[in-house]
Amino acid sequence: MDVPLIELSGVKKSFGPVDVLKGIDFKAYAGQVTALVGDNGAGKSTLIKGLSGVQPYDEGVVKFAGEEAHLHSPRHSGALGIEVVYQDLALCDNLDIVQNMFLGREEVTQGTLDEGSMEFQATKALQSLSVRTVKSVRQKVSSLSGGQRQTVAIARSVLRNAKLVILDEPTAALGVAQTEQVLNLVRRLADNGIGVIIISHNLADVFQVCDSINVLYLGRMVASLKTSETNQADVVGYITGTKTMEGVA
Amino acid sequence: MSSTKQAELAMPRRTLGGALRSFTRRPEMGALIGAIAVYLFFAVAGGDKFTSSYGAASWLNIFADLVIVALPVSLIMIAGELDLSVGSVIAGSSMVTALMATTFGLPLWLAMVGGVLFGAIIGFLNGWIIVRTGLPSFIVTLAMMYIVMGLTLGLTRALAGTVNIAVEGDPVAKMLFGTFIDGKFSVVIFWAIAIAIVVWWVQSFSRFGNWVYAIGGDAISARAQGIQVGKVKIWLFVASGTAAAFVGMMQTITYNGAGVSKGQSFVFNAIIAVVIGGVLLTGGYGSVFGVILGTITFAVVQQGIYYTPWDSDWASLIIGILVLAAVLTNNLFRRLALTTGTKKKGGK
Repeated sequence: MDVPLIELSGVKKSFGPVDVLKGIDFKAYAGQVTALVGDNGAGKSTLIKGLSGVQPYDEGVVKFAGEEAHLHSPRHSGALGIEVVYQDLALCDNLDIVQNMFLGREEVTQGTLDEGSMEFQATKALQSLSVRTVKSVRQKVSSLSGGQRQTVAIARSVLRNAKLVILDEPTAALGVAQTEQVLNLVRRLADNGIGVIIISHNLADVFQVCDSINVLYLGRMVASLKTSETNQADVVGYITGTKTMEGVA
Repeated sequence: MSSTKQAELAMPRRTLGGALRSFTRRPEMGALIGAIAVYLFFAVAGGDKFTSSYGAASWLNIFADLVIVALPVSLIMIAGELDLSVGSVIAGSSMVTALMATTFGLPLWLAMVGGVLFGAIIGFLNGWIIVRTGLPSFIVTLAMMYIVMGLTLGLTRALAGTVNIAVEGDPVAKMLFGTFIDGKFSVVIFWAIAIAIVVWWVQSFSRFGNWVYAIGGDAISARAQGIQVGKVKIWLFVASGTAAAFVGMMQTITYNGAGVSKGQSFVFNAIIAVVIGGVLLTGGYGSVFGVILGTITFAVVQQGIYYTPWDSDWASLIIGILVLAAVLTNNLFRRLALTTGTKKKGGK
């Protein structure tokens, strides 16, 4: 297989006396959806915060597209093309889709906002994900459904030329139809050549959309599986710690 | 069908025709209807005198002073904060100008710059304290209102031995900041128009304007997108302090002097004008158009009453009722504006 987009080896992180990550190895590839599952307190959030640069790791090597990378701050991660879509989505309800997608990175020509160009790019980003449910990019975000909001947040990362998009519980608050919508979107994101990491508690979603599944248990990566070679019962076993993996590091 | 839709999507929104069309669905509709209704009411009740150029000048002059203060205050309110210190800043800066020009014997121009700078400094202090301490702006600016009020009164009496200072006008300064054109229209009206254009540009066409709305809508999300929320807020308070001081300085020039208690009424008048104009106290919504309309409404009521047979005491009653009516209709229009054309079709 080709070079992983992101590769962690021996990553450790502790808060005072508590070791949250006890030497994690993890790989995610471009054009694939990689799941990160585990019970509460397994270390998923800490692992993600390290990738996003919010809480840098204490030890270990991070390689991005084969090159060693130092993710000291969100700025570093952003510059590499790592974008995290958090559960709260960080959208402003009173702004429209374009304003939200360009918030803090507005394009300006001669001191004036270049609305035409921003509208065009926002439309293009949504089109690249085949989003058809949004009527107008000038709609206020407050008028969007939960799935559409998730869509906007994901499209924003596309707009920023993300190479790796990390989604934190993207379907947690959504109904059945909207979950389907977002999962399709995630698949298209990967089909466009972007590496996607999904954190989820919903194994049905994970099995539907992910290429590989990584299970964290109490700060250790206890399983790295191909979705096609495993089943839900096994994954539940790894998550709850009743099953362990032999022969795989 | 979807391709025509996409082409439509890619079109720039801010065309004149588009602006006019979307205006009918805007939250400012309530403010517009209110302004027209109030004007018509006094045109009928006040007769020819109210609709004459003298009548127009009387409310336009009030409007001009108030809108210069109200516009920056509206930006602060859109960002979800409040500035109660503007009234004291008007009195304070008016007095700083007068003291510098008389007691300290400095050139009038320097005194005028000093007066405006005083407002900018108070505004900066407001913003800095709010950002650094995380205290509500209501409390910080309320405290600042009293601090500035006390300083103005105390220092003026200590330094000048009086609470009213006469200032000798300079012809150029007078012409720029304190004349009445044709004996009726205050030159401040032109300053108001210029400032309104600047604020409108900032609000609608600059990154800063975008950030102000974002902060008022969801400050945490705005920060998550890399916006320096604290910096933006401090600038907003500097702007409102400076604008209030500008009005105070012009009053000193216009009336050839300063009094320690002038301008206090501006605090609530400005907030009333802004609220009638459709700005939400909780932040995130509002526009220059709305604030202008709200200020016109306020000025028309306050001056219009003098053209009717009724006692001017009733003006406050009308304004009070108007505020309530305005907030209720604005909420209605905002609901309409937010739902019209964006209704989700059920299912797919």
